[in-house]
Amino acid sequence: MAALDSDSDEDLVSYGTGLEPLEEGERPKKPIPLQDQTVRDEKGRYKRFHGAFSGGFSAGYFNTVGSKEGWTPSSFVSSRQNRADKSVLGPEDFMDEEDLSEFGIAPKSIVTTDDFASKTKDRIREKARQLAAATAPIPGATLLDDLITPAKLSVGFELLRKMGWKEGQGIGPRVKRRPRRQKPDPGVKIYGCALPPGGSEGSEDEDDDYLPENVTFAPKDVTPVDFTPKDNVHGLAYKGLDPHQALFGTSGEHFNLFSGGPEETGDLLGDIGVNKGRKLGISGQAFGVGALEEEDDDIYATETLSKYDTVLKDEEPGDGLYGWTAPRQYKSQKESEKDLRYVGKILDGFSLASKPLSSKKIYPPELPRDYRPVHYFRPVVAATSENSHLLQVLSESAGKPTNDPGTRSRHQLNACKRGELLGETPIQGAPTSVLEFLSQKDKERLKEVKQATDLKAAQLRARSLAQSASGSRPQPLSPDVGHCSWHMALSGGMASTRTSNFKPFAKDPEKQKRYEEFLANMKRGQKDALERCLDPGMTEWERGRERDEFARAALLYASSHSTLSSRFTHAQEEDNSEQVEVPRDQENDVSDKQSAVKMKMFGKLTRDTFEWHPDKLLCKRFNVPDPYPDSTLVGLPRVKRDKYSVFNFLTIPETASSPVTQASSEKVPQHRASDKSRKPSRWDTSKEEKKEDSISEFLSLARSKVGPAKPEPSPLVNKEEARATESVSNKVVNKDVDSQTEGEGSRPSMDLFKAIFASSSDEKSSSSEDEQGDSEDDQEGTREADFKSSQETHLVEASSVAQASEPAPQEPAPFFPIQKMQIDEREAFGPRLPPVFCPNARQKLEAPLKEKHKKNKEKHKTKKEHRRKKEKKKKHRKHKHKGKQKNKKSEKSSSSESTDSSDSQSEEGPTDLSPQELLRRLKRLPLRRQ
Amino acid sequence: MAFPEPKPRGPELPQKRLKTLDCGQRAVRAVRFNVDGNYCLTCGSDKTLKLWNPLRGTLLRTYSGHGYEVLDAAGSFDNSSLCSGGGDKAVVLWDVASGQVVRKFRGHAGKVNTVQFNEEATVILSGSIDSTIRCWDCRSRKPEPVQTLDEARDGISSVKVSDHEVLAGSVDGRVRRYDLRMGQLFSDYVGSPITCICFSRDGQCTLVSSLDSTLRLLDKDTGELLGEYTGHKNKEYKLDCCLSERDTHVVSCSEDGKVFFWDLVEGALALALPIGPGVVQSLTYHPTEPCLLTAMGGSIQCWREETYEAEGAPG
Repeated sequence: MAALDSDSDEDLVSYGTGLEPLEEGERPKKPIPLQDQTVRDEKGRYKRFHGAFSGGFSAGYFNTVGSKEGWTPSSFVSSRQNRADKSVLGPEDFMDEEDLSEFGIAPKSIVTTDDFASKTKDRIREKARQLAAATAPIPGATLLDDLITPAKLSVGFELLRKMGWKEGQGIGPRVKRRPRRQKPDPGVKIYGCALPPGGSEGSEDEDDDYLPENVTFAPKDVTPVDFTPKDNVHGLAYKGLDPHQALFGTSGEHFNLFSGGPEETGDLLGDIGVNKGRKLGISGQAFGVGALEEEDDDIYATETLSKYDTVLKDEEPGDGLYGWTAPRQYKSQKESEKDLRYVGKILDGFSLASKPLSSKKIYPPELPRDYRPVHYFRPVVAATSENSHLLQVLSESAGKPTNDPGTRSRHQLNACKRGELLGETPIQGAPTSVLEFLSQKDKERLKEVKQATDLKAAQLRARSLAQSASGSRPQPLSPDVGHCSWHMALSGGMASTRTSNFKPFAKDPEKQKRYEEFLANMKRGQKDALERCLDPGMTEWERGRERDEFARAALLYASSHSTLSSRFTHAQEEDNSEQVEVPRDQENDVSDKQSAVKMKMFGKLTRDTFEWHPDKLLCKRFNVPDPYPDSTLVGLPRVKRDKYSVFNFLTIPETASSPVTQASSEKVPQHRASDKSRKPSRWDTSKEEKKEDSISEFLSLARSKVGPAKPEPSPLVNKEEARATESVSNKVVNKDVDSQTEGEGSRPSMDLFKAIFASSSDEKSSSSEDEQGDSEDDQEGTREADFKSSQETHLVEASSVAQASEPAPQEPAPFFPIQKMQIDEREAFGPRLPPVFCPNARQKLEAPLKEKHKKNKEKHKTKKEHRRKKEKKKKHRKHKHKGKQKNKKSEKSSSSESTDSSDSQSEEGPTDLSPQELLRRLKRLPLRRQ
Repeated sequence: MAFPEPKPRGPELPQKRLKTLDCGQRAVRAVRFNVDGNYCLTCGSDKTLKLWNPLRGTLLRTYSGHGYEVLDAAGSFDNSSLCSGGGDKAVVLWDVASGQVVRKFRGHAGKVNTVQFNEEATVILSGSIDSTIRCWDCRSRKPEPVQTLDEARDGISSVKVSDHEVLAGSVDGRVRRYDLRMGQLFSDYVGSPITCICFSRDGQCTLVSSLDSTLRLLDKDTGELLGEYTGHKNKEYKLDCCLSERDTHVVSCSEDGKVFFWDLVEGALALALPIGPGVVQSLTYHPTEPCLLTAMGGSIQCWREETYEAEGAPG
């Protein structure tokens, strides 16, 4: 026990730190209350602990940023004056000190990162890097990388090491003897005399002799093949200046086992380099060590024999013989030999070629015997009749066949014509001739014409051949054939040309005269036109030449002239058709579509899809990406047509038919039929049979305007109006028929009428005073007996016009808009707006209207007499006027005039009626509707 | 416990006349609900445009500034602005609150039949009898349209806009759909002059009414005919058509003073609602409720379903 007691102090095991013994007389400390137990950071700021789900760490000052005030935006400082010292704020500027400390998210102290963590020397990678360094544009740039060697080993390395692997060794089972000894290096092929067996091997064997037999060797290390792509602009296999070799003059075995890599890929595998190192028997350098060279341990090195040339042309390159920037030694033979030793995997079914492909040699072409390697210029002589001899001589001296038709008139053709003759596509650019302004379609037509004439010529060729065979005149065959074909080809074209305004031979008046004579003869249809007009004093050759020229000129000028002239006679049609080219895609198979609609086969048959380019801004506004970001086009591609002007829609029936029918009438005659059949379904909805386009259009328009649009005209008025309509329409019909029979060719174009009448119709549509007044006058003449108060409309109209500008007062406002509206109604097309019919407003309206009307009546009575006189005058004038206007009416075949007349006749609104009449009609309106 | 979904009520058609408003602006050329259906616009032939609360029947504001009758109007998505077009060939952008003209776009050569805002009210599209649709930019001060769609061969009678499409019906008997996203123009031939077109609310179909007294429902993507609705009369006037609030019915004005309702799928006539003795000029359907506004003559009528009871103010 005593022992136990004595031991008790030593034996007791105490855990934790004991409380400090209380000092005498001191009160025990009060425990710090919970709320006072705070944690502060190094600056004395409170730290707040966050749970894992409420934010982790506290950022800054009570969860504010940095300061007690929280985050305060920095005041704006203009960088205008101090642009230079504008500093870019990095993330660190917004971090707390804690973040920059050692354990923060952005530690400031120097910490070894993974990249620089220590790794043991990775020889292979080092080699690869050195290789890369040597081939890099700036060699030795990786030197710094070499200095900073990471000290970290990868797991693979450590595992290998544990398995007994050492650096510098290859991976695999150890081998008994060096494999190199077993088989001689296949890379070295010995040419010429074989060395005595002891010679070179003996020196090598020096090392090997030390090796005991029972020692196994690790397989040799393998450098991974470098597959870095060539991304520089150096030549193939260019190798930058190697500082090691440049400075030290040797391949530097001490530096790397691998000899700096100018060798072929086999060297990259490293075995040769290793060989060299092993072979090194003789060391030392011949010329000592330079002052700059630090390496002096090799001074007395002996050289191995293998360092010297033993065979010709078998030198290993890269030993400094060729300079560092020089291309590699050219070793064609060795390369071809190497092809035989193709190392890679051979595909199944393929075997290596036993013989290399023999390269073909291309010899320069053999020169003709009389070739003179000197060029001399011939004088250029214009081909005229005077110097034709000279030309002939010249062309003969040039060795050209004299009767080559292309060369003779060559100088009279410009580049374009030559190209045309050759069938080249004309050069795009500034158009040089009117022909180039022709549209593609016209060109096609022209081509068609040409083809037709060619065909004709070909047909005639046979005949002419027969003729010439039996002909008495000895004539060169080809010109005759050509002439005949020209002749026949031209006879068509000439017919259309009135007079030849073209003077292709204006320089030579005589010739021009002959040419014109020739043309005249041609026109008369004489077969020997050419022969007649030619100068009898000319030689046969001259004649032939001129014949050709004439024929060609006639064809060229005449055909172009005729096509042009035909174009200009039909200019308007052509233009129109051109302008509606794309829309015609929509319209072209309207009949098909119509039948499809009739069969209710909507879908593919009735659908057209076009590429359409929305405006960029529109896409932006619609928040839609531009479907064609690269194109500057807007709308439908290839649309080249005038946008519809006021005129176009003023001429309703025309717009429906004119551009299309005019365009298509030439090409597709049956298109008219389809149009016709389409017409009845238009909004006019008249049941009448359509005979002629414009007439029926006009009539139907007039009828439809008279018919349903008219609320309830009194029967008398109806008759009157119908008569008036008839008379007007009859006139128009007559005119129309006239114009129709005149035919398309002679009918002036729409443009003409537009040019003449556009302004007047514009005026009409906008101000609608003069002509409408006239036409109304006209109408009134017929109605005067029935409506005594009808004249007031003049005043009403006038006053309405006058008051239109002022803000309309409350009371008369409802009245005047009607006038305006009705005027406006005249230009209404398409589905109309329903008539103003206000059963509720009727009662309201009635009173003021009546009052107003009374007033008006009183006013107008005084003016009535005066008015009538005026009207009579007007009528007279009107008749004259009508005569003038007939043309317009008929030609425009409906446009504003027809609408005017029909409108004014139909009396759609109360324009010319008294308010009572209007009201009367309005009251009857519903009855009629139902 | 999964209760079965309450069976969706069969769509009710508005056939109870709730109110008739005399607009006092001569003929009402068009009546249009605003975007949420709380207000409506009436376009008068007395050059004014009026904003109403159709249920209460109160006139909120009159917008005057057009030179001729107003033919169509539309409200923006945020109810902040209006656009209208009329016989004076002008397209006017209005400020709703102040009643002032913000912009006046001139450029059409003929009267403007139809106007529409795009989805964000940045562009006004106006169709005119000059056969063009013009896209006016509300953002810039440019007097010219952003783009003019002049492919139509005749007057444009109706234009509708979706988020990336412009649908246009023309008197040349074609429905053209400009797809901005695909950059393509689809043109469907219907033959008869088109008076009104509209998208279905699901955006898959287009409803086309034409002057052959026929409404056709076309598949938007293929142009195939999905349904045909006849029975009404529409031979000469430009009348409106639309789809009901849930795409269940096709609604169209008629020249015989009725509004026709067809079942969309079956194509059968569901109801011919007599409005009055004249031509039903225009109609507009509430975007979410079975509520219809019709315009006849100088007044508009508000129609609700039979079961509807006016909450709040009576009448």
